[in-house]
Amino acid sequence: MTDMPLKPAQQSRLRIFLDSDIFYMFKKSPVAILSTIVVAILVLSAVFAPLIAPTNPFDPASLNLMNGFTGPMTPNAFTGDSFLLGTDDQGRDVFSTILYGMRVSLFVGVAAVLFAMVLGITLGLISGYVGGWTETIIMRTADVQLTFPSILVAMLIFGVAKGFTPVEYRDQMAIWVLILAIGLSDWVQFARVVRGATLVEKRKEYVEAARLIGRTPFAIMLRHILPNVLSPVLVIATISLALAIIAEATLSFLGVGAPATQPSLGTLIRIGQGFLFSGEWWILLFPAVTLLVLALSVNLLGDWLRDALNPRLR
Amino acid sequence: MSDTVLSIRELSVEIPTHTGIVKPVDGVSYDICAGEILGIVGESGAGKSMAGNAVIGLLSPPAHIAAGEIWLNGSRIDALEGEDMRRLRGKQIGMVFQDPLTSLNPLLSIGDQLTETMLTHLDISRGEADRRAIAALEEVGIPGAAERIDSYPHEFSGGMRQRVVIALALCAEPSLIIADEPTTALDVSVQAQIIALLKRLCRDRGTAVMLITHDMGVIAEAADRVGVMYAGRLVELGAVRDVLTAPQHPYTHGLMASTPLASQGKARLHQIEGAMPRLNKVPEGCPFHPRCAYARDKCRVAPGPKIADGRTACWFPLVAEKAS
Amino acid sequence: MALISVKALTRVFDASKPWLNRVIERRGKSFLTAVSDVDFEVAERSTYALVGESGSGKSTIGRMLVGLLTPTSGTVEINGVNLATETDARKIDVIRSDIQMIFQDPFASLNPRWRVGDIIVEPVVARGGDASGLAEKLLEQVGLSALDAGKFPHEFSGGQRQRICIARALSSEPKLIVCDEPTSALDVSVQAQVLNLMSDLKDNYGLTYVLISHDLTVVQHMADRIGVLYLGRLVEEASPEDLFARTKHPYTKMLLEAAPRMDGFGREAELPEGEIPDPINPPTGCAFHPRCPISTDICRTERPPMRSLNKTRVACHLAEE
Repeated sequence: MTDMPLKPAQQSRLRIFLDSDIFYMFKKSPVAILSTIVVAILVLSAVFAPLIAPTNPFDPASLNLMNGFTGPMTPNAFTGDSFLLGTDDQGRDVFSTILYGMRVSLFVGVAAVLFAMVLGITLGLISGYVGGWTETIIMRTADVQLTFPSILVAMLIFGVAKGFTPVEYRDQMAIWVLILAIGLSDWVQFARVVRGATLVEKRKEYVEAARLIGRTPFAIMLRHILPNVLSPVLVIATISLALAIIAEATLSFLGVGAPATQPSLGTLIRIGQGFLFSGEWWILLFPAVTLLVLALSVNLLGDWLRDALNPRLR
Repeated sequence: MSDTVLSIRELSVEIPTHTGIVKPVDGVSYDICAGEILGIVGESGAGKSMAGNAVIGLLSPPAHIAAGEIWLNGSRIDALEGEDMRRLRGKQIGMVFQDPLTSLNPLLSIGDQLTETMLTHLDISRGEADRRAIAALEEVGIPGAAERIDSYPHEFSGGMRQRVVIALALCAEPSLIIADEPTTALDVSVQAQIIALLKRLCRDRGTAVMLITHDMGVIAEAADRVGVMYAGRLVELGAVRDVLTAPQHPYTHGLMASTPLASQGKARLHQIEGAMPRLNKVPEGCPFHPRCAYARDKCRVAPGPKIADGRTACWFPLVAEKAS
Repeated sequence: MALISVKALTRVFDASKPWLNRVIERRGKSFLTAVSDVDFEVAERSTYALVGESGSGKSTIGRMLVGLLTPTSGTVEINGVNLATETDARKIDVIRSDIQMIFQDPFASLNPRWRVGDIIVEPVVARGGDASGLAEKLLEQVGLSALDAGKFPHEFSGGQRQRICIARALSSEPKLIVCDEPTSALDVSVQAQVLNLMSDLKDNYGLTYVLISHDLTVVQHMADRIGVLYLGRLVEEASPEDLFARTKHPYTKMLLEAAPRMDGFGREAELPEGEIPDPINPPTGCAFHPRCPISTDICRTERPPMRSLNKTRVACHLAEE
């Protein structure tokens, strides 16, 4: 038990973060730093795709069919135009399609994880704090869902939702249906972790102190318990993001995901694999490598975060 | 003395952290003789457990012994590693921890744990080990020892478990027992039983005991000598009656006086102002000087004298009338 | 007038295994009587201590006093209001802000994500009160600095955290504070500081304390009246002077004998018999009879009623003046 000398004024959150063990461990981990840099570059280039991409691949006016099947870094035989990563059958710049595709992939991934997170945290908090039959129903539903592969669940939801969507809106709605499908297949692990952490936190005396002064269960869950169960959620969210991006790519690859008018990395890979055996390898390879690098670096970041936040491994 | 079992000389333990090196144990020396109970008392963070862990080689990295020597029965053990340390730990040093559950394997019956320990360290037959296991359990006061030998740790109450742990610690006939807060998790009535048991067994067998605790009452009743630790240093060491009735170090004096027992009938308890410094902020000179009512200039610059000859690491030891 | 009046207070917990295990193992439900038929009154501006070992039900009583648990039977009245049955929301609100609690574990009783200032004023803010400057004032009252309001709990030591808990308890200007082992997680020298602070605040604010502890020395120092609990039953109640000098109940005698003494050099204490029995299947009659050196036949069959002997109340068939 020790005394701290008094410090003038209160510390800012930034200062606290910079002094924290997490930041210290971050500085010591080359893997974490490297994957953060890679993720940052990929995310920024996806967000600012319209500014970075040499062409807008989905603006028919800017396309020249004569540029089709141009190899990477080699001038086109007819037009003399040169493309960094080559072009596809319609003369679209592969580099630009990747940037725009990554945009769709990341948007779907992030939105799906956010949706899964909100749903999972809410249900996890409620089942952990309230207990009883509420808990039994929520967690048994989760258990049942876990017995199915999540990609199957997503395909089922996608199929059902598509059935309810009018034909003329299908392409527009596809992205949102995709988010719903991936999100719904992914909430279970958030709910499980949050429920577990809630069970631990609700027995702590600070929660009793809040009950004692007559705080409502809603206020206790939101203001007291939620902030204390978020660190494992952060880890799962990061790892889920990698999985959601891959799930989206898988669905799109199978042709049940993003439509050709809004192609994601998965759609690009599906399109590209048709040309693989005719020699135009770049149309497949570059989107696939991008997907790999994106998913891998997000996953490595999540792994590091899990180790950094796990007190037992310190 | 010829029958010295454990001898610690100028022991320092260091832990490197990203804000600098901290010294949870700093230049501590003491001896324990056969059949003697040495109490080590101090508040949390004083380094009392860390010194015990250093002796049995259980410092968890990055903590390590940075200086000093540890001698057990005439051989130096602070540099032992791996298999040698493990062998020594089981054979010559027994351990009793605060939580009996952590020292027992939940998947093995207590009989198996006892016989396994004996077979590893003693040259006896299986049948002999079984016989001795029952005798050991009877000795620590487990009723119906012969029937309960096949029970598992979770089938015992907390007090009974601690008895089993003591039987386990003593079964390989070690020359030293390190008991780290052995009764802190137990109720008062059970605590008295366990302390009496530990005292009786060690006296009968001539085992040396290092009794680490924060409870002055336990020290008073069980220990022969007592060492008081503060911020990683040993500040006072002597016969228990002398240290407790006429403390010479102002910290010991303050600690004694602040127990409710010593202030009975007074409206307020004696209070030592402030708190023990964090290990990364131990002050220059005598670590206690910022809280010491008797501190003089010398205390602010020079760390207290070595305790080797005298009783206390204080430049200006309290004399009896001042302490009362 | 008594601030707290507890009558025939009983709390039973369902200690059964899950129903599937019960079906497979063919066992019925099992119940744990944590508190059994306890009566006592606490005078205003006094300190009433509940002492006992583990399983004595002292914390359960504390939680029922503040309304965190509801009694299975019996009543707790605070200022004449029974929180468990009162329907007038306004009255409940008034009583709630009159009661506060200090917990044992200073590391679990403060929300680690909140700033100390927000923690302290929560009891006021939760009722929509004005709390400007209150945290700073209270921090200085409990011996910390007003600047500490902006810090997080992890920046404080155990003793300082317990001071913060006390500041939080004071913020709604309560009449009664239930202290559940307030110093048992603290070092001796820090314990002295916290106990002194509690004494000072009691005088300044005219507080009433219910002090729950296993430590007889703390209780002896702090309490005006002491209730000794064993297996959920109140076995003896007396003033500290009577309890320690004219002990009536054999269990209390055993506790006092077993407690280590600072002057007990090499003392061979008269060792207590056995251990605390399983509270799910407590002994018949007097719960203490299997460990009692003076028990007779009546102790095995009949539960002793609470009797008054001089100023002591004792539940023992054989206790004498």
